[in-house]
Amino acid sequence: MKNDKSKIRSPNDEPEKLIEVYDLTKSFESVQAVNGISFHVNEGEVFGFLGPNGAGKTTTINMLTGLARPDSGKIRIAGYDCSAHPKAAQHLIGVVPDESNLYPELSGFDNLCFCASLYGIGKKERQKRAENLLEQFGLQEAAHRNFSGYSKGMKRKLTIAAGIIHQPKILFLDEPTTGIDVASARQIRQLIREMYQAGTTIFLTTHYIEEAERLCERIAFIVNGHIVQDETVANLLQPLKELKVLLITMTHDSGNISGKLAEAFPGYDFRSVSQQHLRVESEQTISIGPVVRFIEEQGAEVTEARQIKPSLEEVFVEVTGIETDVMKTEKNGGPS
Amino acid sequence: MNRWIAFWNILLKDMQSYYLKPPNISWGLVFPLAWTAMFFIRSGSGLEEVIEILPGVMAISVLFGTTSMLAVTVTFEKKNRSFERLLLAPISLELLMFSKTSGAILFGLVNAFVPVIPAAFLADLSQVSWATVIPAVLLIAVASTFLGLFIAVSVSEVFEAQTFSNFFRFPMIFLCGLFFPVLSLPVMLQPLSFALPLTYGVDILHGAIHGQHILPLWLDFLIIAGFSLVLFLISLKNIHRKWIL
Repeated sequence: MKNDKSKIRSPNDEPEKLIEVYDLTKSFESVQAVNGISFHVNEGEVFGFLGPNGAGKTTTINMLTGLARPDSGKIRIAGYDCSAHPKAAQHLIGVVPDESNLYPELSGFDNLCFCASLYGIGKKERQKRAENLLEQFGLQEAAHRNFSGYSKGMKRKLTIAAGIIHQPKILFLDEPTTGIDVASARQIRQLIREMYQAGTTIFLTTHYIEEAERLCERIAFIVNGHIVQDETVANLLQPLKELKVLLITMTHDSGNISGKLAEAFPGYDFRSVSQQHLRVESEQTISIGPVVRFIEEQGAEVTEARQIKPSLEEVFVEVTGIETDVMKTEKNGGPS
Repeated sequence: MNRWIAFWNILLKDMQSYYLKPPNISWGLVFPLAWTAMFFIRSGSGLEEVIEILPGVMAISVLFGTTSMLAVTVTFEKKNRSFERLLLAPISLELLMFSKTSGAILFGLVNAFVPVIPAAFLADLSQVSWATVIPAVLLIAVASTFLGLFIAVSVSEVFEAQTFSNFFRFPMIFLCGLFFPVLSLPVMLQPLSFALPLTYGVDILHGAIHGQHILPLWLDFLIIAGFSLVLFLISLKNIHRKWIL
Protein backbone atom coordinates (compact mmCIF):
# COMPACT_ATOMS: atom_id res chain seq x y z
CA MET A 1 0.00 0.00 0.00
CA LYS A 2 1.06 3.54 -0.71
CA ASN A 3 2.89 5.37 2.06
CA ASP A 4 3.33 8.91 0.87
CA LYS A 5 0.88 10.37 3.38
CA SER A 6 4.02 11.69 5.05
CA LYS A 7 3.76 14.75 2.79
CA ILE A 8 2.84 17.47 5.27
CA ARG A 9 0.68 20.27 3.95
CA SER A 10 0.76 23.69 5.51
CA PRO A 11 -2.72 25.04 6.27
CA ASN A 12 -2.31 27.63 3.52
CA ASP A 13 -1.54 25.09 0.81
CA GLU A 14 -4.27 24.63 -1.77
CA PRO A 15 -4.95 20.89 -2.06
CA GLU A 16 -3.95 19.47 -5.41
CA LYS A 17 -6.90 18.53 -7.60
CA LEU A 18 -6.22 14.97 -8.64
CA ILE A 19 -9.46 14.45 -10.56
CA GLU A 20 -11.11 17.30 -12.44
CA VAL A 21 -14.34 16.85 -14.32
CA TYR A 22 -15.94 19.58 -16.40
CA ASP A 23 -19.40 19.44 -17.94
CA LEU A 24 -19.37 15.69 -18.48
CA THR A 25 -22.28 14.14 -20.34
CA LYS A 26 -23.14 10.63 -21.42
CA SER A 27 -26.27 9.13 -22.87
CA PHE A 28 -27.28 5.63 -23.87
CA GLU A 29 -29.76 5.80 -26.73
CA SER A 30 -32.57 7.95 -25.33
CA VAL A 31 -31.42 7.80 -21.68
CA GLN A 32 -29.32 10.68 -20.42
CA ALA A 33 -27.19 8.84 -17.85
CA VAL A 34 -24.90 11.74 -16.94
CA ASN A 35 -25.93 15.29 -17.64
CA GLY A 36 -23.27 17.99 -17.58
CA ILE A 37 -21.62 17.20 -14.25
CA SER A 38 -18.57 19.07 -12.95
CA PHE A 39 -16.61 18.33 -9.81
CA HIS A 40 -13.11 17.75 -8.53
CA VAL A 41 -11.42 15.41 -6.09
CA ASN A 42 -8.47 16.62 -4.04
CA GLU A 43 -5.37 14.56 -3.49
CA GLY A 44 -5.60 12.34 -0.41
CA GLU A 45 -9.31 12.78 0.27
CA VAL A 46 -12.19 10.33 0.33
CA PHE A 47 -14.76 11.70 -2.06
CA GLY A 48 -18.24 10.23 -1.89
CA PHE A 49 -20.52 10.01 -4.88
CA LEU A 50 -23.94 9.40 -3.45
CA GLY A 51 -27.14 8.66 -5.28
CA PRO A 52 -29.84 6.07 -5.88
CA ASN A 53 -29.50 3.29 -8.43
CA GLY A 54 -29.52 4.59 -11.97
CA ALA A 55 -28.34 8.04 -10.89
CA GLY A 56 -25.23 7.85 -13.05
CA LYS A 57 -22.61 6.80 -10.51
CA THR A 58 -21.20 3.78 -12.33
CA THR A 59 -21.36 5.53 -15.70
CA THR A 60 -19.29 8.36 -14.22
CA ILE A 61 -16.72 5.89 -12.84
CA ASN A 62 -16.58 4.13 -16.20
CA MET A 63 -15.86 7.40 -17.98
CA LEU A 64 -13.20 8.38 -15.44
CA THR A 65 -11.43 5.04 -15.71
CA GLY A 66 -11.53 4.65 -19.49
CA LEU A 67 -14.27 2.04 -19.73
CA ALA A 68 -16.73 4.44 -21.34
CA ARG A 69 -16.40 7.38 -23.67
CA PRO A 70 -18.00 10.68 -22.65
CA ASP A 71 -20.30 12.30 -25.18
CA SER A 72 -18.84 15.66 -24.18
CA GLY A 73 -16.96 17.31 -21.37
CA LYS A 74 -13.46 17.11 -20.00
CA ILE A 75 -11.72 14.73 -17.60
CA ARG A 76 -8.29 15.41 -16.14
CA ILE A 77 -6.65 12.91 -13.84
CA ALA A 78 -3.32 13.88 -12.27
CA GLY A 79 -2.92 16.36 -15.10
CA TYR A 80 -3.59 13.86 -17.91
CA ASP A 81 -6.32 14.73 -20.37
CA CYS A 82 -8.30 11.50 -20.05
CA SER A 83 -11.20 12.63 -22.22
CA ALA A 84 -8.84 12.69 -25.21
CA HIS A 85 -6.59 9.83 -24.03
CA PRO A 86 -8.64 7.48 -21.81
CA LYS A 87 -5.69 5.19 -21.08
CA ALA A 88 -3.28 7.98 -20.15
CA ALA A 89 -3.83 7.78 -16.38
CA GLN A 90 -4.68 4.10 -16.05
CA HIS A 91 -1.31 3.34 -14.46
CA LEU A 92 -2.30 5.66 -11.59
CA ILE A 93 -5.71 4.27 -10.85
CA GLY A 94 -7.18 1.19 -9.24
CA VAL A 95 -10.78 0.18 -9.76
CA VAL A 96 -13.00 -1.97 -7.59
CA PRO A 97 -16.19 -2.52 -9.59
CA ASP A 98 -19.65 -2.96 -8.12
CA GLU A 99 -19.50 -6.69 -8.84
CA SER A 100 -16.51 -8.90 -8.12
CA ASN A 101 -14.95 -9.61 -11.51
CA LEU A 102 -11.91 -11.73 -10.79
CA TYR A 103 -11.21 -15.03 -12.50
CA PRO A 104 -13.30 -17.84 -10.97
CA GLU A 105 -10.88 -20.56 -12.08
CA LEU A 106 -7.84 -18.96 -10.43
CA SER A 107 -6.97 -19.05 -6.74
CA GLY A 108 -7.01 -15.88 -4.66
CA PHE A 109 -3.22 -15.75 -4.76
CA ASP A 110 -3.04 -16.30 -8.54
CA ASN A 111 -5.75 -13.69 -9.14
CA LEU A 112 -3.74 -11.09 -7.23
CA CYS A 113 -0.50 -12.02 -8.98
CA PHE A 114 -2.20 -11.85 -12.37
CA CYS A 115 -3.72 -8.45 -11.64
CA ALA A 116 -0.30 -7.16 -10.54
CA SER A 117 1.27 -8.46 -13.74
CA LEU A 118 -1.13 -6.31 -15.78
CA TYR A 119 0.71 -3.32 -14.32
CA GLY A 120 4.13 -4.66 -15.27
CA ILE A 121 5.11 -5.79 -11.77
CA GLY A 122 7.80 -8.50 -11.74
CA LYS A 123 7.19 -12.01 -10.40
CA LYS A 124 8.93 -11.77 -6.99
CA GLU A 125 7.45 -8.40 -6.18
CA ARG A 126 3.91 -9.38 -7.15
CA GLN A 127 4.09 -12.57 -5.10
CA LYS A 128 5.30 -10.59 -2.09
CA ARG A 129 2.52 -8.04 -2.49
CA ALA A 130 -0.10 -10.75 -2.97
CA GLU A 131 0.98 -12.50 0.23
CA ASN A 132 0.94 -9.23 2.18
CA LEU A 133 -2.51 -8.27 0.92
CA LEU A 134 -3.96 -11.71 1.62
CA GLU A 135 -2.68 -11.39 5.17
CA GLN A 136 -3.94 -7.84 5.54
CA PHE A 137 -7.40 -8.82 4.29
CA GLY A 138 -7.51 -11.98 6.43
CA LEU A 139 -7.60 -14.28 3.44
CA GLN A 140 -4.36 -16.26 3.95
CA GLU A 141 -6.17 -19.49 4.62
CA ALA A 142 -8.16 -19.20 1.40
CA ALA A 143 -5.16 -18.03 -0.64
CA HIS A 144 -4.88 -21.17 -2.71
CA ARG A 145 -8.57 -21.90 -3.08
CA ASN A 146 -10.34 -21.05 -6.31
CA PHE A 147 -12.05 -17.66 -6.32
CA SER A 148 -15.32 -19.34 -7.37
CA GLY A 149 -15.49 -21.01 -3.93
CA TYR A 150 -15.18 -17.76 -1.95
CA SER A 151 -18.08 -16.28 0.00
CA LYS A 152 -19.50 -12.91 -1.12
CA GLY A 153 -17.58 -11.04 1.56
CA MET A 154 -14.32 -12.81 0.71
CA LYS A 155 -14.86 -12.10 -2.98
CA ARG A 156 -15.39 -8.43 -2.23
CA LYS A 157 -12.24 -8.25 -0.11
CA LEU A 158 -10.14 -9.99 -2.75
CA THR A 159 -11.55 -7.67 -5.42
CA ILE A 160 -10.47 -4.70 -3.34
CA ALA A 161 -7.04 -6.27 -2.85
CA ALA A 162 -6.78 -6.75 -6.62
CA GLY A 163 -7.66 -3.09 -7.10
CA ILE A 164 -4.80 -1.90 -4.91
CA ILE A 165 -2.06 -4.44 -5.59
CA HIS A 166 -0.32 -2.04 -7.97
CA GLN A 167 -0.46 0.66 -5.28
CA PRO A 168 -2.58 3.15 -7.20
CA LYS A 169 -2.57 6.84 -6.42
CA ILE A 170 -6.35 6.94 -6.88
CA LEU A 171 -8.79 4.19 -5.99
CA PHE A 172 -12.29 4.01 -7.44
CA LEU A 173 -14.62 2.00 -5.23
CA ASP A 174 -18.02 1.31 -6.72
CA GLU A 175 -20.54 0.25 -4.05
CA PRO A 176 -17.90 -1.65 -2.03
CA THR A 177 -20.22 -3.00 0.68
CA THR A 178 -23.35 -3.76 -1.30
CA GLY A 179 -24.85 -7.19 -0.73
CA ILE A 180 -22.35 -8.49 1.79
CA ASP A 181 -22.65 -9.50 5.44
CA VAL A 182 -22.35 -7.06 8.31
CA ALA A 183 -18.95 -8.22 9.52
CA SER A 184 -17.38 -8.10 6.05
CA ALA A 185 -18.89 -4.66 5.38
CA ARG A 186 -17.41 -3.37 8.64
CA GLN A 187 -14.02 -4.85 7.78
CA ILE A 188 -14.11 -3.28 4.31
CA ARG A 189 -14.91 0.14 5.77
CA GLN A 190 -11.94 -0.27 8.11
CA LEU A 191 -9.75 -1.14 5.12
CA ILE A 192 -10.95 1.97 3.29
CA ARG A 193 -9.97 4.08 6.30
CA GLU A 194 -6.53 2.45 6.32
CA MET A 195 -6.05 3.13 2.61
CA TYR A 196 -7.03 6.74 3.18
CA GLN A 197 -4.55 7.00 6.05
CA ALA A 198 -1.88 5.56 3.77
CA GLY A 199 -2.43 8.46 1.39
CA THR A 200 -4.62 6.94 -1.32
CA THR A 201 -7.18 9.26 -2.89
CA ILE A 202 -10.49 7.45 -2.83
CA PHE A 203 -13.49 7.98 -5.06
CA LEU A 204 -16.33 6.10 -3.42
CA THR A 205 -19.77 5.57 -4.87
CA THR A 206 -22.48 4.29 -2.60
CA HIS A 207 -26.20 4.46 -2.09
CA TYR A 208 -25.73 3.97 1.66
CA ILE A 209 -25.89 7.46 3.16
CA GLU A 210 -24.61 6.36 6.53
CA GLU A 211 -21.58 4.76 4.92
CA ALA A 212 -20.79 7.93 2.98
CA GLU A 213 -21.12 9.99 6.16
CA ARG A 214 -18.76 7.68 8.04
CA LEU A 215 -16.08 7.47 5.39
CA CYS A 216 -16.05 10.59 3.23
CA GLU A 217 -14.63 14.04 3.69
CA ARG A 218 -16.59 15.47 0.81
CA ILE A 219 -19.74 14.27 -0.88
CA ALA A 220 -21.52 14.94 -4.13
CA PHE A 221 -25.17 13.97 -4.42
CA ILE A 222 -26.05 12.76 -7.90
CA VAL A 223 -29.66 12.36 -9.01
CA ASN A 224 -30.79 11.59 -12.56
CA GLY A 225 -27.35 12.40 -13.94
CA HIS A 226 -27.13 15.81 -12.23
CA ILE A 227 -24.96 16.75 -9.28
CA VAL A 228 -27.34 18.52 -6.93
CA GLN A 229 -24.89 19.17 -4.09
CA ASP A 230 -21.11 18.98 -3.68
CA GLU A 231 -19.84 19.90 -0.23
CA THR A 232 -17.71 18.73 2.67
CA VAL A 233 -19.51 16.49 5.14
CA ALA A 234 -18.82 18.99 7.92
CA ASN A 235 -20.47 21.80 5.96
CA LEU A 236 -23.42 19.61 5.00
CA LEU A 237 -24.05 18.73 8.62
CA GLN A 238 -23.55 22.27 9.96
CA PRO A 239 -27.21 23.40 9.61
CA LEU A 240 -28.34 20.27 11.46
CA LYS A 241 -26.33 20.94 14.61
CA GLU A 242 -29.25 22.65 16.39
CA LEU A 243 -31.94 20.37 15.03
CA LYS A 244 -33.74 17.99 17.41
CA VAL A 245 -35.46 14.96 15.92
CA LEU A 246 -37.94 12.57 17.50
CA LEU A 247 -39.06 9.36 15.84
CA ILE A 248 -42.42 8.01 16.96
CA THR A 249 -43.69 4.52 16.18
CA MET A 250 -47.43 3.98 16.52
CA THR A 251 -50.13 1.45 15.76
CA HIS A 252 -52.28 3.67 13.54
CA ASP A 253 -51.60 5.36 10.22
CA SER A 254 -49.29 8.27 11.06
CA GLY A 255 -50.41 10.19 7.97
CA ASN A 256 -53.85 10.81 9.45
CA ILE A 257 -52.49 12.18 12.71
CA SER A 258 -49.67 14.39 11.47
CA GLY A 259 -52.03 17.17 10.33
CA LYS A 260 -53.76 17.34 13.68
CA LEU A 261 -50.41 17.34 15.48
CA ALA A 262 -49.16 20.23 13.35
CA GLU A 263 -52.17 22.29 14.43
CA ALA A 264 -51.74 21.38 18.09
CA PHE A 265 -47.95 21.91 18.21
CA PRO A 266 -47.12 24.78 15.84
CA GLY A 267 -43.45 24.93 16.93
CA TYR A 268 -42.72 21.44 15.63
CA ASP A 269 -42.57 19.97 12.13
CA PHE A 270 -44.35 16.63 11.72
CA ARG A 271 -43.69 14.30 8.84
CA SER A 272 -45.06 10.84 8.25
CA VAL A 273 -42.02 8.79 7.09
CA SER A 274 -43.88 5.50 6.73
CA GLN A 275 -47.31 4.21 7.66
CA GLN A 276 -46.47 3.77 11.33
CA HIS A 277 -43.56 6.16 11.74
CA LEU A 278 -43.82 9.83 12.45
CA ARG A 279 -40.89 12.18 12.49
CA VAL A 280 -40.92 15.31 14.63
CA GLU A 281 -38.35 18.05 14.03
CA SER A 282 -37.69 21.26 15.90
CA GLU A 283 -34.87 23.62 16.79
CA GLN A 284 -36.30 23.75 20.35
CA THR A 285 -36.25 20.85 22.77
CA ILE A 286 -39.13 18.52 21.93
CA SER A 287 -41.41 17.66 24.84
CA ILE A 288 -42.14 14.01 24.26
CA GLY A 289 -44.93 13.59 26.86
CA PRO A 290 -47.52 16.04 25.43
CA VAL A 291 -46.98 14.78 21.89
CA VAL A 292 -47.39 11.13 22.91
CA ARG A 293 -50.50 11.94 24.98
CA PHE A 294 -52.04 13.84 22.06
CA ILE A 295 -51.49 10.89 19.75
CA GLU A 296 -53.01 8.47 22.26
CA GLU A 297 -56.01 10.78 22.66
CA GLN A 298 -56.56 10.31 18.92
CA GLY A 299 -56.95 6.57 19.51
CA ALA A 300 -53.50 5.43 18.43
CA GLU A 301 -51.06 3.56 20.60
CA VAL A 302 -47.45 4.78 20.70
CA THR A 303 -45.10 1.82 20.85
CA GLU A 304 -41.85 3.77 20.78
CA ALA A 305 -40.69 7.37 20.91
CA ARG A 306 -36.97 8.04 20.66
CA GLN A 307 -34.76 10.97 19.94
CA ILE A 308 -32.40 10.49 17.02
CA LYS A 309 -29.27 12.32 16.01
CA PRO A 310 -29.81 14.20 12.74
CA SER A 311 -27.54 12.85 10.03
CA LEU A 312 -26.62 13.26 6.42
CA GLU A 313 -29.83 11.46 5.60
CA GLU A 314 -31.76 14.66 6.45
CA VAL A 315 -29.53 16.69 4.15
CA PHE A 316 -29.93 14.17 1.37
CA VAL A 317 -33.72 14.17 1.63
CA GLU A 318 -33.76 17.95 1.79
CA VAL A 319 -31.47 18.44 -1.22
CA THR A 320 -32.66 15.64 -3.49
CA GLY A 321 -36.28 15.22 -2.47
CA ILE A 322 -35.66 11.45 -2.49
CA GLU A 323 -36.88 9.47 0.51
CA THR A 324 -34.01 7.45 1.91
CA ASP A 325 -36.13 4.31 1.98
CA VAL A 326 -35.79 4.33 -1.80
CA MET A 327 -32.01 4.15 -1.43
CA LYS A 328 -32.17 1.40 1.19
CA THR A 329 -34.58 -0.91 -0.55
CA GLU A 330 -33.10 -0.81 -4.02
CA LYS A 331 -30.33 -3.22 -3.20
CA ASN A 332 -30.10 -5.97 -0.63
CA GLY A 333 -28.60 -5.25 2.71
CA GLY A 334 -27.39 -2.01 4.14
CA PRO A 335 -24.60 -0.49 6.12
CA SER A 336 -24.06 -1.60 9.63
CA MET B 1 6.19 -0.06 -17.12
CA ASN B 2 7.15 -3.34 -18.67
CA ARG B 3 4.20 -3.99 -20.94
CA TRP B 4 5.59 -7.36 -21.98
CA ILE B 5 5.08 -8.66 -18.42
CA ALA B 6 1.37 -7.97 -18.94
CA PHE B 7 1.45 -9.50 -22.42
CA TRP B 8 3.18 -12.67 -21.27
CA ASN B 9 0.97 -13.17 -18.22
CA ILE B 10 -2.27 -12.70 -20.16
CA LEU B 11 -1.03 -15.28 -22.65
CA LEU B 12 0.09 -17.65 -19.89
CA LYS B 13 -3.18 -17.35 -18.00
CA ASP B 14 -5.22 -18.05 -21.13
CA MET B 15 -3.09 -21.09 -21.95
CA GLN B 16 -3.51 -22.46 -18.43
CA SER B 17 -7.16 -21.52 -17.99
CA TYR B 18 -8.51 -22.42 -21.40
CA TYR B 19 -6.22 -24.03 -23.95
CA LEU B 20 -4.31 -26.58 -21.88
CA LYS B 21 -7.41 -28.03 -20.27
CA PRO B 22 -7.81 -31.79 -20.87
CA PRO B 23 -11.08 -31.46 -22.87
CA ASN B 24 -9.42 -29.03 -25.27
CA ILE B 25 -6.31 -31.15 -25.66
CA SER B 26 -8.38 -34.23 -26.39
CA TRP B 27 -10.57 -32.21 -28.79
CA GLY B 28 -7.41 -31.01 -30.54
CA LEU B 29 -6.28 -34.62 -30.96
CA VAL B 30 -9.56 -36.33 -31.76
CA PHE B 31 -10.98 -33.77 -34.16
CA PRO B 32 -8.31 -33.93 -36.91
CA LEU B 33 -7.99 -37.69 -36.59
CA ALA B 34 -11.77 -38.11 -36.93
CA TRP B 35 -11.79 -35.95 -40.06
CA THR B 36 -8.94 -37.89 -41.61
CA ALA B 37 -10.65 -41.21 -40.91
CA MET B 38 -13.94 -39.90 -42.27
CA PHE B 39 -12.42 -38.87 -45.59
CA PHE B 40 -10.53 -42.09 -45.96
CA ILE B 41 -13.63 -44.16 -45.40
CA ARG B 42 -15.76 -41.93 -47.64
CA SER B 43 -13.31 -41.83 -50.55
CA GLY B 44 -12.17 -45.42 -50.18
CA SER B 45 -8.70 -44.16 -50.93
CA GLY B 46 -5.43 -45.85 -50.17
CA LEU B 47 -2.44 -44.55 -48.27
CA GLU B 48 -1.27 -42.67 -51.38
CA GLU B 49 -4.11 -40.21 -50.73
CA VAL B 50 -2.79 -39.25 -47.30
CA ILE B 51 -0.58 -36.55 -48.70
CA GLU B 52 -3.49 -35.01 -50.64
CA ILE B 53 -5.79 -34.99 -47.64
CA LEU B 54 -3.19 -33.68 -45.19
CA PRO B 55 -3.42 -29.93 -46.15
CA GLY B 56 -7.21 -29.96 -45.66
CA VAL B 57 -7.03 -31.77 -42.34
CA MET B 58 -4.30 -29.43 -41.07
CA ALA B 59 -6.30 -26.38 -42.12
CA ILE B 60 -9.54 -27.60 -40.58
CA SER B 61 -7.76 -28.40 -37.31
CA VAL B 62 -6.43 -24.86 -37.14
CA LEU B 63 -9.73 -23.31 -38.17
CA PHE B 64 -11.85 -25.12 -35.59
CA GLY B 65 -9.30 -24.89 -32.83
CA THR B 66 -8.74 -21.17 -33.07
CA THR B 67 -12.09 -19.65 -34.01
CA SER B 68 -14.21 -21.41 -31.43
CA MET B 69 -11.78 -21.13 -28.53
CA LEU B 70 -11.10 -17.44 -28.92
CA ALA B 71 -14.70 -16.48 -29.60
CA VAL B 72 -15.92 -18.45 -26.60
CA THR B 73 -13.23 -17.38 -24.12
CA VAL B 74 -13.45 -13.69 -24.96
CA THR B 75 -17.26 -13.74 -24.87
CA PHE B 76 -17.11 -15.59 -21.53
CA GLU B 77 -14.75 -13.03 -20.02
CA LYS B 78 -16.82 -10.19 -21.41
CA LYS B 79 -19.94 -11.71 -19.92
CA ASN B 80 -18.51 -12.20 -16.41
CA ARG B 81 -16.85 -8.77 -16.64
CA SER B 82 -13.32 -10.03 -16.02
CA PHE B 83 -12.47 -8.59 -19.43
CA GLU B 84 -12.99 -5.13 -17.89
CA ARG B 85 -9.93 -5.82 -15.76
CA LEU B 86 -7.88 -6.15 -18.94
CA LEU B 87 -9.40 -3.00 -20.43
CA LEU B 88 -8.40 -1.13 -17.26
CA ALA B 89 -4.77 -2.23 -17.49
CA PRO B 90 -2.37 0.46 -18.70
CA ILE B 91 -1.54 -1.34 -21.93
CA SER B 92 -2.71 -0.45 -25.40
CA LEU B 93 -5.76 -2.17 -26.80
CA GLU B 94 -3.61 -3.48 -29.65
CA LEU B 95 -1.19 -5.19 -27.25
CA LEU B 96 -4.04 -6.50 -25.14
CA MET B 97 -5.78 -8.11 -28.10
CA PHE B 98 -2.48 -9.37 -29.44
CA SER B 99 -1.89 -11.18 -26.14
CA LYS B 100 -5.47 -12.53 -26.04
CA THR B 101 -5.14 -13.86 -29.59
CA SER B 102 -1.62 -15.27 -29.15
CA GLY B 103 -2.91 -18.16 -27.05
CA ALA B 104 -5.38 -19.14 -29.74
CA ILE B 105 -2.72 -18.82 -32.44
CA LEU B 106 -0.38 -21.12 -30.53
CA PHE B 107 -3.22 -23.56 -29.91
CA GLY B 108 -4.00 -23.52 -33.64
CA LEU B 109 -0.35 -24.13 -34.51
CA VAL B 110 -0.13 -27.14 -32.24
CA ASN B 111 -3.46 -28.48 -33.54
CA ALA B 112 -2.23 -28.21 -37.12
CA PHE B 113 0.66 -30.56 -36.50
CA VAL B 114 -1.39 -33.26 -34.76
CA PRO B 115 -2.41 -34.89 -38.08
CA VAL B 116 1.17 -34.63 -39.33
CA ILE B 117 2.28 -37.20 -36.74
CA PRO B 118 0.17 -40.13 -38.03
CA ALA B 119 0.70 -38.92 -41.60
CA ALA B 120 4.46 -39.27 -41.09
CA PHE B 121 3.96 -43.00 -40.43
CA LEU B 122 1.55 -43.53 -43.29
CA ALA B 123 3.07 -41.52 -46.12
CA ASP B 124 6.37 -40.21 -47.44
CA LEU B 125 6.62 -36.60 -46.32
CA SER B 126 10.18 -36.10 -47.54
CA GLN B 127 9.01 -33.86 -50.40
CA VAL B 128 7.13 -31.50 -48.11
CA SER B 129 8.55 -27.97 -47.94
CA TRP B 130 8.35 -27.37 -44.20
CA ALA B 131 9.85 -23.92 -44.63
CA THR B 132 6.63 -23.03 -46.47
CA VAL B 133 4.23 -25.15 -44.40
CA ILE B 134 5.17 -23.58 -41.06
CA PRO B 135 4.60 -19.92 -42.03
CA ALA B 136 1.46 -20.96 -43.91
CA VAL B 137 0.04 -22.69 -40.84
CA LEU B 138 0.98 -19.68 -38.75
CA LEU B 139 -0.86 -17.35 -41.12
CA ILE B 140 -3.92 -19.64 -41.22
CA ALA B 141 -3.88 -19.65 -37.40
CA VAL B 142 -3.56 -15.87 -37.30
CA ALA B 143 -6.35 -15.31 -39.85
CA SER B 144 -8.66 -17.87 -38.14
CA THR B 145 -7.96 -16.40 -34.71
CA PHE B 146 -8.75 -12.91 -35.91
CA LEU B 147 -11.93 -14.30 -37.46
CA GLY B 148 -12.70 -15.67 -33.97
CA LEU B 149 -12.01 -12.24 -32.51
CA PHE B 150 -14.30 -10.65 -35.08
CA ILE B 151 -17.01 -13.13 -34.01
CA ALA B 152 -16.37 -12.51 -30.30
CA VAL B 153 -16.83 -8.78 -30.74
CA SER B 154 -20.01 -9.27 -32.73
CA VAL B 155 -21.88 -11.35 -30.14
CA SER B 156 -22.73 -11.02 -26.46
CA GLU B 157 -23.56 -14.59 -25.40
CA VAL B 158 -21.31 -17.65 -25.37
CA PHE B 159 -23.84 -19.76 -27.31
CA GLU B 160 -24.05 -17.02 -29.96
CA ALA B 161 -20.28 -17.20 -30.35
CA GLN B 162 -20.54 -20.93 -31.11
CA THR B 163 -23.44 -20.52 -33.53
CA PHE B 164 -21.95 -17.53 -35.30
CA SER B 165 -18.55 -19.19 -35.70
CA ASN B 166 -20.21 -22.24 -37.27
CA PHE B 167 -21.96 -19.90 -39.70
CA PHE B 168 -18.50 -19.07 -41.05
CA ARG B 169 -16.68 -22.35 -40.49
CA PHE B 170 -18.88 -24.96 -42.09
CA PRO B 171 -19.20 -23.23 -45.47
CA MET B 172 -15.44 -22.69 -45.39
CA ILE B 173 -14.84 -26.46 -45.22
CA PHE B 174 -16.45 -26.82 -48.63
CA LEU B 175 -15.57 -23.50 -50.23
CA CYS B 176 -11.89 -23.10 -49.35
CA GLY B 177 -10.41 -26.08 -51.15
CA LEU B 178 -9.78 -28.14 -48.05
CA PHE B 179 -11.02 -31.38 -49.55
CA PHE B 180 -12.49 -30.33 -52.93
CA PRO B 181 -10.39 -28.22 -55.29
CA VAL B 182 -11.72 -24.69 -55.57
CA LEU B 183 -11.60 -24.86 -59.37
CA SER B 184 -13.90 -27.88 -59.36
CA LEU B 185 -16.62 -25.96 -57.55
CA PRO B 186 -19.52 -24.47 -59.57
CA VAL B 187 -18.35 -21.26 -61.26
CA MET B 188 -20.89 -19.22 -59.28
CA LEU B 189 -19.37 -20.32 -55.98
CA GLN B 190 -15.77 -19.69 -56.94
CA PRO B 191 -15.80 -15.91 -56.27
CA LEU B 192 -17.09 -16.73 -52.78
CA SER B 193 -14.15 -19.09 -52.28
CA PHE B 194 -11.68 -16.38 -53.21
CA ALA B 195 -13.36 -13.99 -50.79
CA LEU B 196 -12.41 -16.26 -47.88
CA PRO B 197 -8.96 -16.07 -46.28
CA LEU B 198 -8.65 -19.79 -45.69
CA THR B 199 -8.63 -20.49 -49.45
CA TYR B 200 -5.23 -18.83 -49.73
CA GLY B 201 -3.79 -20.61 -46.70
CA VAL B 202 -4.96 -23.97 -47.98
CA ASP B 203 -3.57 -23.19 -51.43
CA ILE B 204 -0.14 -22.65 -49.85
CA LEU B 205 -0.40 -25.93 -47.93
CA HIS B 206 -1.37 -27.86 -51.08
CA GLY B 207 1.60 -26.28 -52.88
CA ALA B 208 4.04 -27.00 -50.06
CA ILE B 209 2.85 -30.55 -49.34
CA HIS B 210 2.14 -32.05 -52.78
CA GLY B 211 3.03 -29.30 -55.22
CA GLN B 212 -0.43 -28.41 -56.61
CA HIS B 213 -1.59 -24.83 -56.10
CA ILE B 214 -3.69 -22.25 -57.94
CA LEU B 215 -1.99 -18.93 -57.22
CA PRO B 216 1.70 -18.06 -56.84
CA LEU B 217 2.58 -18.81 -53.23
CA TRP B 218 3.91 -15.30 -52.57
CA LEU B 219 0.51 -13.94 -53.63
CA ASP B 220 -1.29 -16.39 -51.32
CA PHE B 221 0.93 -15.26 -48.43
CA LEU B 222 0.30 -11.62 -49.23
CA ILE B 223 -3.48 -12.02 -49.46
CA ILE B 224 -3.90 -14.06 -46.26
CA ALA B 225 -1.64 -11.63 -44.37
CA GLY B 226 -3.80 -8.79 -45.72
CA PHE B 227 -6.98 -10.57 -44.58
CA SER B 228 -5.47 -11.06 -41.10
CA LEU B 229 -4.56 -7.41 -40.79
CA VAL B 230 -7.98 -6.23 -41.96
CA LEU B 231 -9.82 -8.61 -39.59
CA PHE B 232 -7.65 -7.45 -36.67
CA LEU B 233 -8.21 -3.78 -37.46
CA ILE B 234 -11.97 -4.24 -37.89
CA SER B 235 -12.10 -6.12 -34.58
CA LEU B 236 -10.16 -3.39 -32.78
CA LYS B 237 -12.46 -0.77 -34.23
CA ASN B 238 -15.49 -2.80 -33.14
CA ILE B 239 -14.06 -3.22 -29.63
CA HIS B 240 -13.63 0.55 -29.39
CA ARG B 241 -17.14 1.08 -30.68
CA LYS B 242 -19.01 -1.70 -28.86
CA TRP B 243 -17.08 -2.43 -25.68
CA ILE B 244 -15.83 0.99 -24.67
CA LEU B 245 -19.26 2.52 -24.83
